[in-house]
Amino acid sequence: MAMMEFLTTRKDELVGWVRKFSLFPYPFVTACCGMEFMSVSSTLYDTDRFGAALPRFTPRQSDLLMVVGTITHKEAPVIKKVYEQMCEPKWVMAFGACATSGGFYRNYAVLQGVDKVIPVDIYVPGCPPRPEMVIDAIMKLQDKIAGERHPILPFEKQKDREA
Amino acid sequence: MIHDDIKSDLLGLYERAWESFGMLVLELPADRLLALVRRLKDDFGFDLLLDVTAVDFPERRPRFEVVYHLYSSGNNLRVRLKTRVEEASPRVPTLSHWYGAARFLEREAHEMYGIRFAGNDDLRPILLYEGFEGHPLRKDYPIDREQPLVPYRK
Repeated sequence: MAMMEFLTTRKDELVGWVRKFSLFPYPFVTACCGMEFMSVSSTLYDTDRFGAALPRFTPRQSDLLMVVGTITHKEAPVIKKVYEQMCEPKWVMAFGACATSGGFYRNYAVLQGVDKVIPVDIYVPGCPPRPEMVIDAIMKLQDKIAGERHPILPFEKQKDREA
Repeated sequence: MIHDDIKSDLLGLYERAWESFGMLVLELPADRLLALVRRLKDDFGFDLLLDVTAVDFPERRPRFEVVYHLYSSGNNLRVRLKTRVEEASPRVPTLSHWYGAARFLEREAHEMYGIRFAGNDDLRPILLYEGFEGHPLRKDYPIDREQPLVPYRK
């Protein structure tokens, strides 16, 4: 019994540690926040120090969806499908004011926050956010990942977060 | 100046003409639009259709003003054409036979204001999406109305 409790704790911490330092971001870039994504990914700010560089341009190879920029209603089915194509475990970062709340676009076309159609784990304010804010968000997300349960289940038993 | 040549040569096709920040503006009825544009194209070298848009004046009759901007690359000259259409039947003839750009610009004016361009058979949504109801740039469209394609999460 003591050994079982000990092993459970250690496994989750171990898997959490591995996952938080091997994030593969999928940059869903639609607007000018993409400039800040380029900044934070480049040499000077270097998200690779956090194990969160190496952008992937297929959702199947990524586990961190970065929604960078404005999402319109016309685009909402696209981003929902991209989210559904990602394997578990997966996390979503709403990057900037537009992805978080629609920004200053309060009109007929713009989705008022990407969390209306997909779950968001971390919100980064700013129009656009500074690279330091994005790094802070990555670190907060890593704390969240480290503290999560990490069940190792056969594929059939995995469940989408919404189900 | 070439503005004076245009005004004197096209007399009878437009109702009013004036200058606006250096640009000639012609106001004309919709049924003379094709004749006027053909003359501008053939006689004055207006080879580029820059923009087709509309303005909504809800308190005016006729309600909508359809605005065209034409450009002459040879003369480095722009002209603005304005024509008025009724709300009940907001219809103007298409310019897509002469200007390829009209095929796309008219689609935007159609979906945003509801102007119909007779002769343009391809007025599908270009910025909005299939299933969008109403014309969002009309001034009576509710400013906070959203038409989501994906149902919102709880």
